[in-house]
Amino acid sequence: MGLLEGKHGLVLGVANKWSIAWAIARAAAEQGARLMITYQNERFQKQVQSLADTLPDARTAPCDVADEAQLEALRQTVQATIGHLDFIVHSIAYAHKDDLEGPFYPVPKDRFMATLDISAYSLVAVVRTLLPLMEGRSGSVLTMTYIGSERVMPNYNVMGIAKAALEAIVRYLAHDLGPSGIRVNAISAGPIKTLAASGIGDFSRILEIYQTRSPLRRNVTQEDVARAAVFLLSDMASAITGTVLYVDAGFHIMGV
Amino acid sequence: MQDHREIEQKVVQIIAEQLDKDPTQIRMESRFIEDLGADSLDVMQIVMNLEEAFGIQISEEDTEKIRTVGDAVQFIAQYMSRSASA
Repeated sequence: MGLLEGKHGLVLGVANKWSIAWAIARAAAEQGARLMITYQNERFQKQVQSLADTLPDARTAPCDVADEAQLEALRQTVQATIGHLDFIVHSIAYAHKDDLEGPFYPVPKDRFMATLDISAYSLVAVVRTLLPLMEGRSGSVLTMTYIGSERVMPNYNVMGIAKAALEAIVRYLAHDLGPSGIRVNAISAGPIKTLAASGIGDFSRILEIYQTRSPLRRNVTQEDVARAAVFLLSDMASAITGTVLYVDAGFHIMGV
Repeated sequence: MQDHREIEQKVVQIIAEQLDKDPTQIRMESRFIEDLGADSLDVMQIVMNLEEAFGIQISEEDTEKIRTVGDAVQFIAQYMSRSASA
């Protein structure tokens, strides 16, 4: 029997086959979960639909998390299709490409706010809107972060600030939702070449650094992250909440 | 090792799939953005598909230099001959 047998899950953040969210969706489905997978807009509809079609029982729906009306529409769609939710995977971030290289401080206010809105606040909006579908169940919410929230990773810049906010949101949500039996956690993954990562300056060099310096002397894959995600989403992690789990080949313990 | 023609065919096929085009519409001198109507997301996905298909790494710097279909073919051919002789 799969670790997520009989569970219903919502996965936000699939863009293409390299997306971390897609690896999580695939692994969750393998473990028996029934899924609703969202795509940001028509630009991604076709490719996300063709991925979802490869899973036994997955549906898709549009959802731009910046738009609360779309979140409400998503809640209705989920309710009308798979009914309730046992878990939510939030794997969404955005920054303007120009803000992901060079010094951090030139970031203009509108782009700073947009980064925080999509990459951090959206978790609050998603959870608040979908909460009625999780009530009365031992639910699990999972988001994706990066160590650039705690340490300076050159070029990560405003995204590091957004991830710091996101991790704080995880803790406050865990406190708020704990009494309802809902757990909230984050995975801090090592760098993985995805569509989003391709916007980060000098990304190939960062991969090389992990390859040579991490205790496991390798980079992490989407599948590494997906396995940890399945654990946190499952009842195996029944007493784990408010935490950030590193899936980074051990890189976070290193000084130099 | 794949010869130039095989690389060309595979590159054209990957681009045609990403951009939903007929392979015959894609020429070596076609520019991704101006001639083929690709946006920056298309370009990134084409690059990632090429990396996967040929087992190569295309850095951000190299990506910026690849503007036409022919540029991509040439980059891959050079990369493969480098790693074959290494």
